[in-house]
Parts: sequence; C-alpha cells; structure tokens
Amino acid sequence: MAETTYERQNPAFYALIVALVVMAIGPIVMMLSTSLKLNVDIMSDSSSLLFMPTLRNYETALCDFLWYDAPYIDYCDKTFGRALVNSLIISLISTVLTLVIGCMAAYALVRFRFMGRDAVSLSTLAMRMVPPAVLLVPVFGIWTFQFQIDGTRAGIILVYVAMNLPFVIWILQSFIVQVPIQLEEAARMDGAGPFGVFFLVVLPLIKPGLAAAAIFTFRVAWNEFLLANALADRDSRTVPVTIVNSMTEFDIDWGVIMATGMLLAVPPIIFTFVASRQIITGMTAGAVKG
Amino acid sequence: MQSANVNRLTPYLFLAPAAVIMAAALLYPICYMIYASFLDWNPSQRIGEAEFVGLRNYINLLGDASFRESFGVTLKFAAIVVTIEMFIGVGLALLLDRNIRGMSVLRTLFILPMMIAPIVVGLMWRYMYHPTVGIFNKTLKSIGLEPVPWLSDGSWAFTSVVIADVWQWTPFIFILSLAALQSLPQSAMEASRIDGATGWQQVWHIKLPLMMPVLIVTLLLRLIDAFKVLEVILVLTNGGPGLSTEILSLRISRTASEFRELGEAAAMSNYLLILLMVLTFGMFLYNKAVEARAARLRKAAEEDL
Repeated sequence: MAETTYERQNPAFYALIVALVVMAIGPIVMMLSTSLKLNVDIMSDSSSLLFMPTLRNYETALCDFLWYDAPYIDYCDKTFGRALVNSLIISLISTVLTLVIGCMAAYALVRFRFMGRDAVSLSTLAMRMVPPAVLLVPVFGIWTFQFQIDGTRAGIILVYVAMNLPFVIWILQSFIVQVPIQLEEAARMDGAGPFGVFFLVVLPLIKPGLAAAAIFTFRVAWNEFLLANALADRDSRTVPVTIVNSMTEFDIDWGVIMATGMLLAVPPIIFTFVASRQIITGMTAGAVKG
Repeated sequence: MQSANVNRLTPYLFLAPAAVIMAAALLYPICYMIYASFLDWNPSQRIGEAEFVGLRNYINLLGDASFRESFGVTLKFAAIVVTIEMFIGVGLALLLDRNIRGMSVLRTLFILPMMIAPIVVGLMWRYMYHPTVGIFNKTLKSIGLEPVPWLSDGSWAFTSVVIADVWQWTPFIFILSLAALQSLPQSAMEASRIDGATGWQQVWHIKLPLMMPVLIVTLLLRLIDAFKVLEVILVLTNGGPGLSTEILSLRISRTASEFRELGEAAAMSNYLLILLMVLTFGMFLYNKAVEARAARLRKAAEEDL
C-alpha cells in the first residue's frame, strides 16, 4: 500500500463536493464571522464579508477572566464566565468517572462472562431509546426531595455519568474482547493481582476505545441542556443553560451570543479534528459490525 | 484460600459502581416516573403528598387536543426528517464512495454539525433565519424577492426546523452508509462488473440489498434520535408559532416547568416511551422476519442444487 492511486473524476463531481463542504461548514463559519463583528456591522444591510474583525464580543463574554481592562466594557456580567467554569468541571469530572466505572464494568462483563453480550447490547439500545425529556420529571423529583442534591454540580454529574454508562460499557466491551487473554494470563503468572492486570495490561491496550468513549461522554455532558436546566441553580448553571436564558430576552445581542456559542462549540470542533477517526469508529461500531 | 475469595469477588467489585449508579440514576427514575404518572403532583409537593388519581392523567391527555396535536407534530417531524435524511445520506454515500484524495478530510468536516451542541445549532439557524439580518432573507431581498417569514409562520416554521435537522443529521446517515459500502465484499462487485452490470444496476441489485442490514439499524437509530430532538427546536421556535413545531419532548418539559403538572408530564413521557418501544420492537421484528426469509430462501436454493 505504498502508492495509492486516485481515480480522476469529472469537474461536476468536484463542484458537488465543494457545494457539500460549503453547506456543511457554512453555518459554522457564519457564526464565527458574526461573533467577530460589531453590532453595527451585523445590522447593516451591506455585504457580510467585508468588516473589521474585533474580539470585543469575546471580551464581553469572558470579562471576568480578562487580565487587562477592556475600555468599552462598562458593566461586567459574570454569568457566562461562571457557567464556563461549571461546564468544564462538570464535563471533565463526569467523563473521567464514566470512563473508569464503565471500563471496569465492561471488563468484568467480557472476562467473567456474566451475561451475554446480547444482553448488554440490548440494554444499551433500550437506554438509548429513553429521551432526556423522559428523565426530566423523575430526576427533578428524586434529586430535589430524596437525594437533596439539586442545584449542585455533583447532582448534574451523577445524571451524566448514569446517562453515558450504557454506551461507554458497550463500546469498551467491543475493544476489550480483542485483548488476547494470554497477555493477562502471563501477567497473572508474574504475580499481578486482578486490579494490577486490569490497570497495567488491559487499560493501555484499549486506548483507542477509551479515546472514542471519552469524546462521546464529554460531548454529551458538555452539550446537554435539558437536565442541567432543571437541576442547576444560579451557581451551577452550565453554558448551554445560560445561552438559552439569554435567548429568551426580547432584544438579542447577536454578537455576544454568537461569541458564547462559538466558545461552546470550540471543544467539540477541536476533538473532531484531532480524533475524527475514533469518532467515526465509535459511531459506526454498533451499526456496521453489529 | 483468601486469594481465591478475592478472585471470586473481583467481577462483582468491578461491576458494582456501574450497577449502583445506573440503578440509582437511571432505573430508579424510570420506575419513579411510571409511579408519578398516576399522581396529581406539582413541583412544590413531595411525592408522598401528591394525590393518587389512577389513570386520570392518561385519560385527560387523550382528550387534550393540544397533546394530540403535538403527538401528531412529533410523528410528522420524525417521519419527514428521517425520510429526507435517508435519501440524501445514502445517495451521497453511493455517489462519494470513490477513491478520491482528501476523503478523510471530507468526512471530518461532515461530522462537525453532529458534534456541536444542539443549542448552538439552534442559535446558528435562528440567526440565519432572522427576518432582517439573517442570510436567507438578505439574499432573497438582494435578488429582489419577497422575504420569507421563516420562523413566524406556522408551516414555514415547521419547514425551517426540518431543514435545520436535516443539516445536522444527514452526515450521520452518510457516514454509516459509507462505512457499510466500504465493507461490502469486493468479489460481488467484480462479479457483477464482469457480467456487464451498469452502475445503476450495481447500485440497485447489489449494493443496496447488501447494505440493507446496516441501513435498517441506521434508520432505527436515527428514528429514535428524531424523537429526542429538543434543543434545536427550543432555541429556534420554542414550539411556536401556535403549536406548529411543538414536539412531544418540548411539551413534556413545558408541562413540567411552565404548567407545573409533573404527573401529567410523567404520563406524557410514558406515552412517548411506549411509542418508541413499539417502533423499536416493530423494527426488530421486521429485521428478524427479513433474516428468516433470507435463510429460508437460501435453504430452498441449496435444496434445489
């Protein structure tokens, strides 16, 4: 496979591809350009391509992290900065927890053969079926009245971990199955305990699976709105919640809101570029391999 | 002796955290919801104080015209969106399944819309649909056409929501069908080429039938997700104008938070779950039936030999 030859295609084909790419990323580019515009430019009727880019909207959104004084910000609204911190903490912690817990469970299911793989696949599918809207009422009720963890970050993390576990277990299983058991037996001969085998032998071998699972979990936690909205109070709001809250006001400040939207979109975009292969593996694993 | 005990307990130790969390934060809430759907319950009450009303919530909902309307909107939305996305997605996969430079870059760009937060997707589209500053109306105006009331007119709002969803999710079907196409056995392709099949005949008689199992799973996954769409519509129209885009998920969340009827919201959630279960199960049975037929045909063919 040293030289891959590429077929030559006719020009119409390339035109189609260009059109598709424009359609796919056009809205994202438009959001980026709007976030770099002053409101005067956004509202003007003239061409939308010629304008002076400015970081002012980002400065407004992130005003409590600025290390210098931005002259044109007369009032600093800290809501977004706080939400960004919350979002980061919640997504990172729930990703780490989901991975550790899910990985252990997947390993136990594969190596010790409790239930068939079918049972897990089926329950993953069943869990995937449950819309977050369906969890809304009971989670609100239980978190408020029984666990009494409403309004805390821990409460939100707990839902996210639970929501992501079925998928993570399922995808990690398909990777753990491929780890040769001889490797583990050899490690056990050399005196490693079950935990040692797991952490020192199995984990390093399933890194690609872990990457895919981590991206999916992070993305769900980072992007989720509905449950966070129901559970969070003023101090634990995440970014999606603050964006929706500022949307409902009558006069929308498009520049700033696009800047916040862009900030919310940046981590998933980075992941996509860094690890698109793992993402596609994760997406196709269920359907194509069966 | 002790180490044998540890070994026997290990699997349970490994499973325990996941089992506990899923039981507490998934299974328990779902059971709780089923129970709550029989109560007349508002958010300021503890569940124990709520009055037990039997099936009243369910019966009320059936008689509620706006619930029936949003049920209908949900079905219409899911059916239209999934049909369009399947056609475009599979079509593009068949078209782009070639050995071209930069295919992986292309795939990366195509999955971007799915990775971005639905809230942000709603935001982008709401800006583009904006009556005066949005790009669609600006373009229409510059070529001398009337601006379109994208989000403020009932039927246009529905179309706008469908377009946004198609933009976001067609790549999902594209990626899955492309993966399916690329894993097809090359021998079948070659055999048909030698037999002189044209491109269309190949697509119609060989590629599509061989892709069918994957396509069915894809369809099922996408259909399930189409019933879960909420954030994009929430940001774009918040269900309006009127009830024209109020899908069931949105209605559940509004019943719970605005009308403060937790019991009714729970009953609605159950209707949605039942609907999804019927769909999943139906698809599953269909799949089994197709497989059984294929097996029977194969067997018959073998007996003929």
